Amino acid sequence: MLAFIIRRLLSTVLVMGLVGVFIFLLLHLSPGDPAGIIAGDNATPAQIEAIKTSLGLNDPLHLQFGRWALRVVSGDLGISIFSNVPVATLIAQRVWPTISLAFTTIVLAVLLALAAGVLAAWKAGSLLDRLVMILSVVGFSVPVFVVGYLLIYVFAITLRWLPVQGYVPLAEGFWPWASHLVLPSLALGLAYVALIARITRTAMLDVLAEDYMRTARAKGVATGPMLFKHALKSAGVPIVTVVGIGIALLIGGVVITETVFNLPGIGRLVVDAISKRDYPIIQGVILLFSGVYVIINLLVDLSYTLLDPRIRY
Amino acid sequence: MTVAAAPIARLSRRNGLWHFLRRNPTLVGGVVVLVLVALAALAAPLIAGDPIAAKPMNRLKPPSSLNWLGTDQLGRDVWARTVYGARISLVVGVAVASIAMAVGLMIGLLAGFSRAVESVVMRLLDGLMAIPAILLAIAFVSLSRASVPVVVAAIVLPEIPRVVRLVRAVVLSVREQPFVEAAVASGTRLPKILRRHILPATVPPLIVQATYVAASAILIEAALSFLGAGTPPEIPTWGNMIASSRVYLGLAPWTIFGPGLALALVVLAVNLVGDGLRDRLDPRIARRM
Repeated sequence: MLAFIIRRLLSTVLVMGLVGVFIFLLLHLSPGDPAGIIAGDNATPAQIEAIKTSLGLNDPLHLQFGRWALRVVSGDLGISIFSNVPVATLIAQRVWPTISLAFTTIVLAVLLALAAGVLAAWKAGSLLDRLVMILSVVGFSVPVFVVGYLLIYVFAITLRWLPVQGYVPLAEGFWPWASHLVLPSLALGLAYVALIARITRTAMLDVLAEDYMRTARAKGVATGPMLFKHALKSAGVPIVTVVGIGIALLIGGVVITETVFNLPGIGRLVVDAISKRDYPIIQGVILLFSGVYVIINLLVDLSYTLLDPRIRY
Repeated sequence: MTVAAAPIARLSRRNGLWHFLRRNPTLVGGVVVLVLVALAALAAPLIAGDPIAAKPMNRLKPPSSLNWLGTDQLGRDVWARTVYGARISLVVGVAVASIAMAVGLMIGLLAGFSRAVESVVMRLLDGLMAIPAILLAIAFVSLSRASVPVVVAAIVLPEIPRVVRLVRAVVLSVREQPFVEAAVASGTRLPKILRRHILPATVPPLIVQATYVAASAILIEAALSFLGAGTPPEIPTWGNMIASSRVYLGLAPWTIFGPGLALALVVLAVNLVGDGLRDRLDPRIARRM
């Protein structure tokens, strides 16, 4: 077990290292000459060359990468070209709306998807099952921004039940905070619900066909506990895997959802950076999101032993 | 193979087209929608007016017999722009799927047969897969002036690892089959083994995967255009139509829902074709999903 955890941690470090190399090369390929920008418009080529040397831009690539990687590991993601503020500071300012959105989306989506998937498997072949499967194909096909505008149009503009857009910090009250997150979470979570509901149904169908489920039923275990306690836990491994894989889907969707609902989070930060070609921000955010994704997948792998005692590493 | 396939072929021929339709409603439905959309995109100049011409007098008009889907904030015809927008979506979907399949197949075959290539390539792909697809595409597009080829390349890049993994998995399972061992034992050269024995086994799962990659490519292209990181704004795409009209959602919802519906419909059709093909080509999965 310990050996597995160590091996898994090492491979996580390796993957993050590779992500770092990709992103560093991206920085290197990006147009625009930082030395030229610092030197100003009237600089002579010799002055620019001197600044390049002082910045270390004339050193071999692997040396530059080493220095950059050391800085990143110590939390220094560079400085925004446009606002001259450290990227880490900009991200810290924007982190709460994104965390709020991700949290409410995951909770809402997992609850909805588990209920839908379990019920569909229980009543396999029924109208309910068909409905869940159709919704899961549709949910996978409608892009986040189309769902988002549809939800805004129906629930915010026409019915006026919920605010159109924006973000209110949790400190200003639970309902103002939550009401601004309901529609974004639904829009962002739809594809996620579709994905998890589908795999839950498949995994549950396998488990429900097992002999021990028949035994449980014969013993007189009530339907509710049978489905949600006995069966769902046995079906847990593939479901947790998909919950983890789906995080990548969510991260891509966060960027779009924050734009649709005007949430001042990290996704907006990167979208604004695209139009200004502010490469340090783009890189910093990609690095952060990739890191989150890699760590979540590490946790997913480690959680298998808790869910399925048969798995021993 | 041929011995087993012959009676099935005869059977389906006897039952004809109607039987095929009844057995594969999603596949047929998806194909019909895609063919109609492709025809509309090809015949755009015939069935739709000018997608660029702005008529300031005619701003944000609701759908009418003159403008089937209404007009946008510059008085441009939403129907015409939606029809022309189909061109970009379809081209990107087909191009990304074909290129990703070709590149992924080559790398996957190599990785499946060479230990040295495998260990290096699979690690590199693990790194690539850890970067969320949309962000990788955004970063790639932001490096150069946006054009359709750049957008295609930017979307192909994150799709490749998935194809490679699929091909490698198929190669690894086929490699253990007795007929491959027999070919190796009888001294068949590797290129011939790959071509004659391995390649055919990768085709059915690759075709299914290609449809899913195409669906994902169309969605990512729309997202890039929506975020302003896609094709140049003067080319109408479903993504940039929605982005440019979004402040008029309450006033003129047709400017958003025209292209939005088209986008959802096409992606749904591609996904249905994928599901239909998967059911036909891989009965093992078909029974479970």
